[in-house]
Amino acid sequence: MLSFKDFRNGLMVTLWFVFLTFPLLVIKINPIEKSVVWRWHNMLYVACGTFVFYVLSRLYLARKKEQQQKIKTGIVEDKVAWSAKLFSEPKFYIPIAVAGCLFALAFPTLFSTYQVNIMITALMYVVLGLGLNIVVGVAGLLDLGYVAFYAVGAYAYALLNMHFGLGFWTVLPIGGLLGALFGILLGFPVLRLRGDYLAIVTLGFGEIIRLILENWGEFSQGPSGISNIARPGLFGIDLSLEMSINFMYYLTILMVIFTIFVVNRLQDSRIGRAWFALREDEIACQAMGIDKMKTKLTAFALGATWAGMAGVMFAAKTTFVNPASFTFLESAIILCIVVLGGMGSIPGVIVGALVLILLPEYLRAFSDYRMLVFGAILVIMMIFRPQGIISTVRRTYSLKD
Amino acid sequence: MDYFIELFFSGLTRGSIYALIALGYTMVYGIIGLINFAHGEIYMIGAFTALIVSTVLTIYGFPLLAVIVLTALAAVIWAASYGYTIERLAYRPLRSAPRLSPLISAIGMSIFLQNYVLLAQTSDFQPFPALIPEFDFMEPYAHIVGSSDLAILVVSAIVMILLTFMIKFTRTGKAMRATAQDRKMAMLVGINVDNVISITFITGSALAAIGGLLIASHIGQINFYIGFIAGIKAFTAAVLGGIGSIPGAVLGSFILGLTEAFATGYVSSDYEDVFAFSLLVLILIFKPAGLLGKATVEKV
Repeated sequence: MLSFKDFRNGLMVTLWFVFLTFPLLVIKINPIEKSVVWRWHNMLYVACGTFVFYVLSRLYLARKKEQQQKIKTGIVEDKVAWSAKLFSEPKFYIPIAVAGCLFALAFPTLFSTYQVNIMITALMYVVLGLGLNIVVGVAGLLDLGYVAFYAVGAYAYALLNMHFGLGFWTVLPIGGLLGALFGILLGFPVLRLRGDYLAIVTLGFGEIIRLILENWGEFSQGPSGISNIARPGLFGIDLSLEMSINFMYYLTILMVIFTIFVVNRLQDSRIGRAWFALREDEIACQAMGIDKMKTKLTAFALGATWAGMAGVMFAAKTTFVNPASFTFLESAIILCIVVLGGMGSIPGVIVGALVLILLPEYLRAFSDYRMLVFGAILVIMMIFRPQGIISTVRRTYSLKD
Repeated sequence: MDYFIELFFSGLTRGSIYALIALGYTMVYGIIGLINFAHGEIYMIGAFTALIVSTVLTIYGFPLLAVIVLTALAAVIWAASYGYTIERLAYRPLRSAPRLSPLISAIGMSIFLQNYVLLAQTSDFQPFPALIPEFDFMEPYAHIVGSSDLAILVVSAIVMILLTFMIKFTRTGKAMRATAQDRKMAMLVGINVDNVISITFITGSALAAIGGLLIASHIGQINFYIGFIAGIKAFTAAVLGGIGSIPGAVLGSFILGLTEAFATGYVSSDYEDVFAFSLLVLILIFKPAGLLGKATVEKV
């Protein structure tokens, strides 16, 4: 198991972190009153936390190595992870899907409106996560300004509704199209370049959209935002507030199912195969005669379409939009959903979204630490489990003898 | 004319701060081909450490000169330690992973550090003491260029000259250049590549900390979010000059600084950040290799 040397290293690491966090965590200053508070207890927390984390990560790595050794020498067979098995064999995933659907349908009758509202938010993130999953997970393009397309959709509905009185159902496709249009406009110049540039340009683009919405008051009413946006209508029937929230809930469920259907079909299509291939090896992919630019642009535009539609739904749900809802952190949350769930895996993204959005809602006491944890998740997942909680299973053919 | 000169100097000041940050980006990119998204956060941590140390020292009654020297030292030491730790924790385990992994890890690190400072300190803007004194000999020109502008220009010039010297003439610098050219070949001729990468991160972080200290003292307030925008802008500067190229980063930074100063001075200050981002997109469309960078062909 762990040797003495591991513990000595653990102590060294602990000391290093105590030194590292000393000024920021221990000293708390008040520059106006010129006073200092020394928070020595934080030092203790850091020391204990680092040591425990170090030992745990050592144990994990040791076990992983041992396992790999065993597989190599043939003692243990390389077994498929249970999570992957659960979603690749029909006898497992069909009952899960049916149970999930039934629960989702009964949800509004079982729980209060407040819970339904939270669930709508979580489901919206499922849609956003699945959309980003096309871009990041399937096609391997890191898009850090995803929220910009979300903002485009939300503002499209808000503005069209305010100025022209257009309804939800008219604007939903328009929002999607606008998202795609912006995606193509941005993607066209950037997708020719290496992947890292895409990350930073999309990051910049997200900020530009937000800054324009904030500063161009005549167009977007600035930071105060647009309120009184119409809720989606149901054949002109007047709905009470509770009814319309339930209606919104079912709409979101429909949207989720539609998204899952489309994404699933896309992954098995010609273009989906091209995305996977592009993610794995660009050069080999081009050699096989795949138009790199066109394929990337489709992925980017399709991802943006979903963000645009989710934006329209967001505006319809909250009946209020302002630029503060579309900061970089929002993009980071969506990225975190995709990474935690498993890049390229549809059930993974759904689980990821539900965990990351619902948990902070119910653990209000820790809500301050939310973004800290999200950042840590991104790093830890990349190091320890890059395939996410539920990894994708590549479709393989098995020959029967 | 005075207004023009004032804007010109303000552009130069901005430019030299961007240069101090952009150098870190470009050095790291040159060596391991990674955009270190957390670099902006290092700059912010440098500024925060400076704020904390200088306040504590002032309260305990140290003389001004000692405060300046110790603050600068502390900012550099801690920022460099953070840079080193980030590389060890978040990037080194991913060195042979697919390209996307270290990028996501870097984003995660950046978000983590921002929120770490937010939780450990405060989310409000903190006033930063003016560490750079007003020089008497600058009095006649004070309406055009302030003492702190001058100090920033001089300090960054010295730092950049030292860096050039280190990279051109020392053994470490030679090892860095060799690693940047071809990591495997460098390993074969006996360079400890891991150490070189660590030194690159440490140097880059130290430069960013100096930048953070100078700008915080110049502007007079900081918060946990300053690293984000400064990071993107410095990255823009590095790309403008040609990422991976050290003189390119400096040139790009000055161009960006001047563009921003004139654009905000003559057009509108609401869209200050939009200018930088638009410039970034434009360069990437028309000259993706940057001004001084070499266009590289990916080899199989």
